[in-house]
Amino acid sequence: MPNPTTSLELAQQLQAAFGELVSLLPSFRDEVSVQVQSADRIQEVCRYAKQALGFDLLLDLSSVDQYGDDPRFLVVYELYGLAHGCHLRIRTSVSEEKSELPTVSTVWRTANWHEREVYDMMGIRFGGHPDLRRILMWDGYPYFPLRKDFPLAGKPSEMPDVAFTRLAPLEGGPFVTSPGAKDTIAREPRSRTPDA
Amino acid sequence: MMPATDSQNSSRLTTADYGYNSKIEGEVVHTRVDAALNWFRKNSLWPMPMGLACCAIELMAAGASRFDISRFGSEVMRFSPRQSDVMIVAGTVTYKMAMAVRRIYEQMAEPKWVIAMGACASTGGMYRSYAVLQGVDNILPVDVYVAGCPPRPEALLDALIRLQNKVGREPLLKDLKRDSGPAYYGKMKFDLDTKTVQTIAS
Repeated sequence: MPNPTTSLELAQQLQAAFGELVSLLPSFRDEVSVQVQSADRIQEVCRYAKQALGFDLLLDLSSVDQYGDDPRFLVVYELYGLAHGCHLRIRTSVSEEKSELPTVSTVWRTANWHEREVYDMMGIRFGGHPDLRRILMWDGYPYFPLRKDFPLAGKPSEMPDVAFTRLAPLEGGPFVTSPGAKDTIAREPRSRTPDA
Repeated sequence: MMPATDSQNSSRLTTADYGYNSKIEGEVVHTRVDAALNWFRKNSLWPMPMGLACCAIELMAAGASRFDISRFGSEVMRFSPRQSDVMIVAGTVTYKMAMAVRRIYEQMAEPKWVIAMGACASTGGMYRSYAVLQGVDNILPVDVYVAGCPPRPEALLDALIRLQNKVGREPLLKDLKRDSGPAYYGKMKFDLDTKTVQTIAS
């Protein structure tokens, strides 16, 4: 059965409703993405997408660390509508100085744990979140391990009677592949520094 | 009963031929006390299943009918540490779980043993990571390490048999309290400051 609407049409409706705030990104393999220019207004865009456009399922909420760029963080929302079967990706940028944007757990309740994970791993806070605690690491762990400037081997930490961490032995690693190299010998995973 | 003939009598062995006369010895078997106690211990090692990852599935398979760990007297998986003898650490020990594993080990009554099942529990395995303890022997004294990712149930049974052999050789009477045992077999202490297991020499 053909869909009565497409992702692109829905993204254009979203853009028409918010004007300058929402811009359409070039689509990649029929995946439609939009960028929300101001992270402070992500909640109202998401509420409109859910209530008016029928994106009733938040598939995933994740974050990207574009280390070295400004703004540093990208928060990504993957939406799906069960009735019309269309996907939509919403992105918004967050600067390192601010590191905060409004929660969407009031729109989709499932965002609660996703936002806790983003907070735990990347250190981005969600304003208005009902229970913003770490979800994977323990309360009191001092680092945000998925940031690009966090070393692969980890960092030592100490929290008496709760947990501790130590450096992991990398044994000459990390072992990194070179995907574009000309033959399999050059492509093999080898010990390289992340910068090289 | 068949009537015994002379030819059958001459070929049939009786207990008297083994030098054991039940009339005199009264169903008594002579042995050493520690050999008997070790024999009791090693044939009913009740496991504390510390299932933390996929190795726990193989641990369950070892307990099920095809591999049947009860052939070796270890079918009674105790989820209470008070009632168990051997902790089988099956899976990836994260730093978040490490103190809990240590605490459950401390709640087990002496004598107690530890099997580190699989690559992760033994060395951290493929997880060279900020989140994973690089081997449970950082916090517990391990008796037997099992290689594999995950190990087959046969490998766990082999580890159990090796542990039984170890238990069978323990100088039990000299070591009724582990504090008084020889240094190589002394009491293990977990030092909270350095996060290492130390042997306390007696």
